[in-house]
This record gives sequence, structure tokens and C-alpha cells, in this order.
Amino acid sequence: MQKINEAKLAKRKKQNQFIAFWIFRLLSYSIIAVLFIILSFIIIKGISAVNWDFISKMPEDGMTKGGILPAIIGTLCLVAGSIIFAFPVGVLAAIYMNEYMKDSIIKKLIKQMTDNLAGIPSIVFGLFGMALFVNKLGIGDSILAGSLTLGLLVLPIVIRTTEESLKAVDTTFRHASLGLGASKWQTTRRVVLPIAFPNIITGLILSIGRVSGETAPILFTVAAYFLPKLPTSIFDQTMALPYHLYVVSTSGTNIEESRPIAYGTALVLILLVLIANLLANGLRKYFGKKVKMN
Amino acid sequence: MITSLTVVLIVFFLFKEGIGVFNKKPIEDGYVVTINKNNPVKNISSESIKDIYDQKITYWNQLGGTPDSIILFRLEDISNYYTDEQIGENFEGLANCINRLVDSLPNIIAFFPEKYLAPDFNGHNLNISKITLSEFLIGKEWFPTAQPVAQLGVMPLILGTLWVSLGAILIALPLGLAAAIFMSEIAKDKVRNIMKPLIELLAGIPSVVYGFFGLVVIVPLIQKTFDLPVGETGLAGSIILAIMALPTIITISEDAMRNTPRAVKEASLALGASKWQTIYKVVIPYSVSGISAGAILGIGRAIGETMAVLMVTGNAAVIPHTILAPVRTIPATIAAELGEAPNGGLHYKALFALGCILFIITLFINLTVGFISNKKKHNNH
Repeated sequence: MQKINEAKLAKRKKQNQFIAFWIFRLLSYSIIAVLFIILSFIIIKGISAVNWDFISKMPEDGMTKGGILPAIIGTLCLVAGSIIFAFPVGVLAAIYMNEYMKDSIIKKLIKQMTDNLAGIPSIVFGLFGMALFVNKLGIGDSILAGSLTLGLLVLPIVIRTTEESLKAVDTTFRHASLGLGASKWQTTRRVVLPIAFPNIITGLILSIGRVSGETAPILFTVAAYFLPKLPTSIFDQTMALPYHLYVVSTSGTNIEESRPIAYGTALVLILLVLIANLLANGLRKYFGKKVKMN
Repeated sequence: MITSLTVVLIVFFLFKEGIGVFNKKPIEDGYVVTINKNNPVKNISSESIKDIYDQKITYWNQLGGTPDSIILFRLEDISNYYTDEQIGENFEGLANCINRLVDSLPNIIAFFPEKYLAPDFNGHNLNISKITLSEFLIGKEWFPTAQPVAQLGVMPLILGTLWVSLGAILIALPLGLAAAIFMSEIAKDKVRNIMKPLIELLAGIPSVVYGFFGLVVIVPLIQKTFDLPVGETGLAGSIILAIMALPTIITISEDAMRNTPRAVKEASLALGASKWQTIYKVVIPYSVSGISAGAILGIGRAIGETMAVLMVTGNAAVIPHTILAPVRTIPATIAAELGEAPNGGLHYKALFALGCILFIITLFINLTVGFISNKKKHNNH
């Protein structure tokens, strides 16, 4: 009797496990399926709208025809502007924090602040950018104001990824270098940074992906609704891909007719982000192997 | 350093503008609301003034006055009472006309620019009080551009935000946990190595693309399924936000689960527990703080999300009663209205005050998560 019960119990245990595992498996695959549904939907619907004219021409007829060139250029300008600002500042801050600062309450506090900054919603960055750069400093709606706002937004990401990459560098390298008589700066510059460099670049590419897709921070700092010309200076307003997608899909003059434009814009935007992600992943893998071989 | 400085700057500018909302009267600059001096009603709350001009209140006795119907007066109505000659070519007679009108009609309520308030004005100039913090927080109506008196109650927006985020987390948490368990405990390394970057990709898709997808796919779907007049609902927002919160929940919970010491797991298995029993009796309790951190951060992400929500929730600033009604969240309100709000005006300041609320909520969430993970580190050592 006892034996049978045990056997039954063991069987039920196995059954439960089998059912539970399959539920988890299915749920996990369904998440991946959602990703593919979104991607394939945008790609299939968008591919017919995207051609050379679409990415090289100005928008026409209240954005129901023509291309999205100014939006592409605008987004590239914003990406470049924000990275020029955030990358050096972020990397230097991370180097200082990781290599020079001693563990203390101040360091903890700064770390907490960096985390907090990363957690602030992007729309709040938009408000801030508008209050400080556009109104207070009087820069006005411009690429400069938008880039600075976006730069602040990705700053915590740059700092964090750089810090992680610096931490991943084995301390023995530092000790070896210092032991040979190199100064701290020489060690950082000649030993630590070259090893950490690939990972830092990976972080950079990820921030590019993030910046190119952000909409809320540029709503009030740079984005123009309809501006069929290319920006000529950093004080110009410009169109941008994510904002363009937003206006074309919600408040265009003729929403039905501009749907193909919306799909096309979504596709271009997704491709930009996809390429950034794949590139980052590829680099990570490539350099991961290389560092190990050393 | 620079991050701390930025946070401090953000706090400074946000609150400087946001506090301003409490220093301004909720009436348009340079305007007054007046009534006849013999009217027994002496004080009218700004909410009632709005109801009067919306013609929801039409009798004075609804406000404790005489049982007469209220006569509404706006500046453009002046031609119904006086001729162009009386008003004068350059409105030089206007102040006098309004004065006589308010004096002669005991049941009038008049809204007009202060510059037409005659020096010997015979009526009663209503004192519109400044908005207080509690009125702002628990006020039930959000009509920042209402004439003559703006209504700035953020309750519907706060509830809308929480409503949508809660719905999102109810959908995302079970899914996210399942995926985290699958990736950390069940899946082979090969499967995990494929899934991980895909989940990261899910996090990388811009929110405006999610919003677009929601707008063209999920919104019509909901409209058809539930046979609604509009598909832009809280539910649509919750679904989109759930997808967007998933990567956060999965990554953080999975990390926590993988940190379960191998010895603990093996002890459980050695005692005859099945793998599944080990997962829910050992791994999950062990990583519960990581899981809750993931869930809270997921909520934080959902609360602050702007564009996707703006595009799919329909943006009706009313207190939601069902998930199938349009709602409006705080970030969506800021994004939708700031462009139209005149710089430095009451509406502009009110939107910054909303930003302050949002900032405080997310700061609170971040500190909670920091606290949880610090506590966990403490326990481990």
C-alpha cells in the first residue's frame, strides 16, 4: 500500500513538473512571438512604402506624399549632438568614479543619484529641457536644446555601461601596471581603457539606439511638425523620425492617406534601432572572444 | 557629480515652475467675474463658476441664493443689451455699460476683462481664490482651459495613470515571471542565449513604435472584440505598457533567480524534491526581493511612459470606472497639452506641477528599489 502511494506521488510530482514547465515554455515563447508579430507587422506593411524616393525626398501634400528626408537628417543630427555631449562627459565621470574615487558615502550617493536620473521619465526630461534650455537660457526650440536634453537622458546609461566595462577589467592588470611603476593615469589610459574599450563602444551604440527612438524629450525642445527643409545650424528646429511617426499617425491632415508614410517611418525607425542593437550584440560577442584569447 | 547636479537642476526647475500654480488665480490674467451687489450669494467656488458657465447650474438657489434663473454674461453678449453708439467706437463707453448692466440685473453673473471694470463699479467683484495644494490633488475635474475659471484637479489623471499601470503589471508580472523562470531554470543555455538578446530588443523598440502598433492593431481589435464605440481605452494602454514593462521584469527577476546559490538548490534536489518543487519552494522565495524590485521598476516604467499611452488610451480626463473606457495619464497630459499652453501661464505651470508629481512618484519607486536591493546585499553577506 505504502509503496503504491509513493509511486503515485512520484508520478504526480513528475506530472506537475511537466505541466508547469510547459506552461512556462509556452508563455516565454509567446513573448518572443509578440516581438516577432510587432516586427514582422511593421516590416511587411512598411516595406512597400520604403524606396529611394521615400528616404531622399521632402514631405509633400500635408505629409500624405513624398519622403522623410528631413526627419532622417534631423534624427541623425540629434543623435550626433547628444552623443557628442553625453559620451565624453559620461565616460570621464565613470572613469573618475571607478578608478579614482574611494568607496565612501559620497560615492554611494552619486551612484544613487545616477540611478535616480535613469529612472526619471522621459517626459520630465522634456519639461526640464524646455524650462532650462529653451526658455531660461533662451536657446529656443533648436537642435542644440534637443541634443542637450537627450544627452542628459542617456548620460546615466553611458556612465553605467562604462562603469560596468571598467569593473570587468581584471584588477591584476592594474596591479601589474602599477607594479611596473606606471602612474595611475598611465595605467588607466594605457591598460584599463584599451581593455574596456569594446564594451564602452557597445554601450555607446546602445545609447544611440535609445536616443534615436525617444520622442517625449524632443516634443518641446526641437521637434517641428512640418518643416520641409534641412537644418542649416544647431539653432534650427528640425523634424525627427519618432515625432514624425507620432504626428503622421495621430494628427496628420489626412490620417488614412498618410498611413503608408507612417508604416514607412516606423520601419526606418525600427531598422535604425535594430541595426544599433545587432551591432552592439555582434561587437560584444566578437570582442568577448578576443579578450578571452588574450 | 554631473548626474547629481542634473538631478538637482531638474528638481529646481520643475518645482520652481510647478509651485507657481499655487501663486496664481485660476482665472485668466486680467479678467474678473462679477455679480449684482444685492445678490445674497457672495462667494462662489471656482468649480461652481465653471458649472454656471457650462449651464449645469442654472438657478441661484442651487448656490443658496434666490430661486431665480442665472443670467450669463460674456463680453461678446454686450451687443444684445447696448447699441454700438453706447459702447463707443473704441469701447470708451463699455465700462460704463457693463456697470449699468450688472447694476440693473439682479441675477446676472458677468465675466469680462478687468480694464472694463468701471472705477465706480456698483456690483460685487467675486474673489477667485488661489488654488490650494489639496484642491489640486483631490480635485475631480481637469479643464485647464475652461472659461472663465480653469479647473485644475489632477485626481482623474493620477487615477488614470495608476489604473493603466496596474493593469499593465497584472498582465506583465505573470508573463515576465514565467519567462524569467524558464530562462534561468528550465531552458538550455542555447535557448537562453537566443532569448536574451531578443528580450533586449523588445526593450529597445522605441515607445512611439509601440504606440503606433497599438493604434493600428490593438485598438481596432479591442473595439471589435468588445463592440465599443472607440477602441482607445485603458485596456489598450495596459496591454502596450505590459509589453514594454516585460523586459525590465524579466531581466531583473532572472538575474535574481540565477543568483540563487547552487548549494541551496542542490540541497533541495538531493532531498528528493523535483526540479519544479525546487523552483517554487526554493528559488522563488530566495529571489523574491529581486522579483519585487523588477515588478516595481516595471510599474515605474509604465507610470512614466508617455508616447505609447498618449496614442492608445483616448485621453479622456475623467475618473475611470472600467478598463474599457478612455483614460488619460499624467505623462500623456503633459505631452498633449504643453505645446498649446502659453509660456509661463497657469496652464503651463500646472503641467510642470504634474511633472513634479510624476518625478516624486518615480523617485519614490527608485528609492524603494534601491532599498530592497541594498537590504538583499546585506542579507547575503
